[in-house]
Amino acid sequence: MENVLSITTFIPLIAAAILAIFLRGEDAAAQRNAKWVALTATVVTFLVSLFILFDFDPSNTGFQFLEKREWLLGLQYKMGVDGISVLFVMLTTFMMPLTIAASWGIKTRVKEYMIAFLILETLMLGVFMALDLVLFYLFFEAGLIPMFLIIGIWGGKERIYASFKFFLYTFLGSVLMLVAIVAMFSDAGTTDIPALMRHGFDSETFSVLGITVVGGMQTLLFIAFFASFAVKLPMWPVHTWLPDAHVQAPTAGSVVLAAILLKMGGYGFLRFSLPMFPIGSEVMTPLVLWLSAIAIVYTSLVALAQADMKKLIAYSSVAHMGYVTMGIFAANQQGVDGAIFQMISHGFISGALFLCVGVIYDRMHTREIDAYGGLVNRMPAYALIFLFFTMANVGLPGTSGFVGEFLTLLGIFQVNTWVALFAASGVILSASYALWLYRRVVLGDLIKESLKSITDMSGRERAIFAPLVAMTLLLGVYPALVLDIIGPSTEALISQYDTALTEGGNAAVQTAGTAN
Amino acid sequence: MIQADLNVILPEIVIAVYAMLALLGAVYTIKDRAAGVLIWLTAALFVAMAFWIGTTGTGARVAFSGMFIDDGFSRFAKVTILLSAAAVLVMGQDYMARRGILRFEYPILIALGTVGMMMMVSAGDLMSLYMGLELQSLALYVVASLRRDSAKSTEAGLKYFVLGALSSGLLLYGASLVYGFAGTTNFAGIIDAADGRAPIGLLLGLVFVMSGLAFKVSAVPFHMWTPDVYEGAPTPVTAFFATAPKVAAMGLFARVVFDAFGGIVPDWQQILAIMSVLSIFWGSLAAIGQTDFKRLMAYSSIAHMGFALMGLASGTAFGVQAMLIYMAIYVTMNVGTFAFILSMQKDGLPVTDIRSLNLYSRAHPGRALAMLVLLFSLAGVPPLVGFFGKLYVLRAAYEGGLVWLAVLGVIGSVIGAFYYLRIVFYMYFGDEGEALDPPGSAVLWGFLMVSAAIIGLAWLPGINLFGIEGAAQAAAATLVN
Repeated sequence: MENVLSITTFIPLIAAAILAIFLRGEDAAAQRNAKWVALTATVVTFLVSLFILFDFDPSNTGFQFLEKREWLLGLQYKMGVDGISVLFVMLTTFMMPLTIAASWGIKTRVKEYMIAFLILETLMLGVFMALDLVLFYLFFEAGLIPMFLIIGIWGGKERIYASFKFFLYTFLGSVLMLVAIVAMFSDAGTTDIPALMRHGFDSETFSVLGITVVGGMQTLLFIAFFASFAVKLPMWPVHTWLPDAHVQAPTAGSVVLAAILLKMGGYGFLRFSLPMFPIGSEVMTPLVLWLSAIAIVYTSLVALAQADMKKLIAYSSVAHMGYVTMGIFAANQQGVDGAIFQMISHGFISGALFLCVGVIYDRMHTREIDAYGGLVNRMPAYALIFLFFTMANVGLPGTSGFVGEFLTLLGIFQVNTWVALFAASGVILSASYALWLYRRVVLGDLIKESLKSITDMSGRERAIFAPLVAMTLLLGVYPALVLDIIGPSTEALISQYDTALTEGGNAAVQTAGTAN
Repeated sequence: MIQADLNVILPEIVIAVYAMLALLGAVYTIKDRAAGVLIWLTAALFVAMAFWIGTTGTGARVAFSGMFIDDGFSRFAKVTILLSAAAVLVMGQDYMARRGILRFEYPILIALGTVGMMMMVSAGDLMSLYMGLELQSLALYVVASLRRDSAKSTEAGLKYFVLGALSSGLLLYGASLVYGFAGTTNFAGIIDAADGRAPIGLLLGLVFVMSGLAFKVSAVPFHMWTPDVYEGAPTPVTAFFATAPKVAAMGLFARVVFDAFGGIVPDWQQILAIMSVLSIFWGSLAAIGQTDFKRLMAYSSIAHMGFALMGLASGTAFGVQAMLIYMAIYVTMNVGTFAFILSMQKDGLPVTDIRSLNLYSRAHPGRALAMLVLLFSLAGVPPLVGFFGKLYVLRAAYEGGLVWLAVLGVIGSVIGAFYYLRIVFYMYFGDEGEALDPPGSAVLWGFLMVSAAIIGLAWLPGINLFGIEGAAQAAAATLVN
């Protein structure tokens, strides 16, 4: 199919336009129509995106399904996917129908809600497919607008604070990236991502205002991109927007945030930081690794102390993203493979956990852990599913969570044993907060009066969880499904990274040595 | 010779003669009842002139021994000025008629002011510079106090006049210094005198001239008048202040620094860079506490002028191109925003408090969406066109060696994003409050929607900002060589 990437990307946008133009009214029929249009559009998007997956040639490490058109300022509209991005595209198209289905209970401004999510899907898909730096930035940043509205309009009590914090925090991170993009554009004369990967940015050490910048321009560019991706991912200590945003966002917003939006940061590291600024990455690697280790331990401890379920899962997300950055900057095959695997698997698991919270929130309208207890007596099916995803979150072998954590730990162990030690202790911590949460919410006697009449999951809710359970199990027992697709591309990425380091790295390290 | 000279300034002559005839005609006949017709007539004349200038002009022509320059740069600026002035004139008519301040002098003064602006962007001499500037300013002083029975409006006019006179004084003083040290008032002569190195007196003159011009573009630290005048003047007049005169003043700024002082770029570059960063930060910070929409737009315009100056500060042809594109985008956004402000009213009275917009999106989803697009564009969020304006000036600043300015500029824009978001917050997230009157005017609706559609869609591949990039590039090339 020609232009399959553009078609996939813009189906949701077209559906949003149809909703905006043709759907009138706020009555029940209009609401139902809006939901069905959105669901149909996301399902069709998923089906179309299957063409990408089936036609994708994993052995080809270059970009596939290329599309290109001229644009203003010498920019271009260029789309393509490789082994690194194709699974993120699939993750997005897979998760979106589930989030729409999970929003069936929305009562206010249903049409606008669906439009916002459909636009958001287009923008997220664009991020993973864009092969032009400015086009990437466009999709990356534009996603803030619908997400800002989703949190602000359909969020909880503190939604205003959370939405402003979300917007300004991430906006501040990414404007620095914008300056770096401008710098790269001027330096290389192009914004074509494949061309920029081949362009060696200057890594001559220089000093500015008395500060020696080891790795020169590459380090500065790395820092600028890091500012954006670290906030997006998020990494400790710039993660504080995430718990607020998660807690206040509606369930579907949390799911999209955790499952897809966070992955943009990790994807950015793989797409830009490692291949384009290898020397800058090398210089900054120790810092990133230690930040990741701190993130894993510290946020796990913070998660232990939470009284709000969503907040707990949000902190758990930050910890799990710590494994991702750790794996990426281990910069070896296991590490990078593990990081991508971890992102995909975390997409399913954290999305499912937020949906689990959503299920009981819809019934009781509270996320306080103390308000629950003994749910297993009234909701056996729910208890089973929640148990499954809790275990997957902990990294039980047989679930996809295990593979990602294991691979990243394997990767980091070869690079930095101390970081590996701290990170491994995070596995234990995650078991303690996750299991404790489960015990307090689900196990025990059902003594709370308010819970006596709670009902188990409906057919619709079970149907939403079924694909997530299937994927988590499937990837857990047969990880080669993912690894075979990403393997050749990550291998090429790492060999390119190593070559760049041996060529330019020695020079940089030497100049750094003389500078000291 | 005189025939050829007159040929060059024919568009200006046409508008000036039209203004005189209209004045005579209206005074001796039906007076204020002619105002409605005159507004449409003036707007039509502006559009016709814009079309004429935009399509017929080629090459660079000079008139009156270098006093007046007609080149690609001036034509680009003139088209922008004329079109925005026409748009603002038409937009304000309904508002003014309803408030009983629709006087026939209004369109005539605007026409005269516009002639002044056209003169400014074509100035090739300190004399013609001052002539254009004063013609523009005098007209603006009067329209600022158009609502004679309102203390706020007259205060705005007076304040504008006093401070404006001060800035004109600064500028004149600078011009006299420049004349003294360069021996000529002609830009072509000044650039010879200031080639590579300039005597200190000339630099002093340059600083004074730039201060005067900074006042007109309301760049920090010469911005104090802006919020008060924006708030006090009748809204249609505010809309006018925010658009055409800004383009003219930026155009004149570019003329002076490149045509007259193009040989000493580093000397004025630092001044512009400092003014740019101060404007961006002050424009963003000071607006945080404001709840009056017009005052917000005043600070917003200060911040935006900071970004336009960033393009100019780069000292390159690309920088001028970036500035021109930025101004065109800025004007488009402001026309839409003011069309919205003009439509805000409660019980027949104009409202400018943003808190009155509570849940506006419920009652008027279409208008709220258009406003959402404009506000995010003003904040510089992609993919909206305002982002591309920022992209151009940032690139210009980077290539001009002003990396620190680019970094500070984007940080300032994040601060600025806060108050645009606050308006979105009131429109979309706020609590239920007393609703505004239903906005009636179809004209305003049209301007809002068209401007939002341009801002929301013009970046698409295939539209590519309507080819404004190439036009601005050609315009910049004639100025910087």
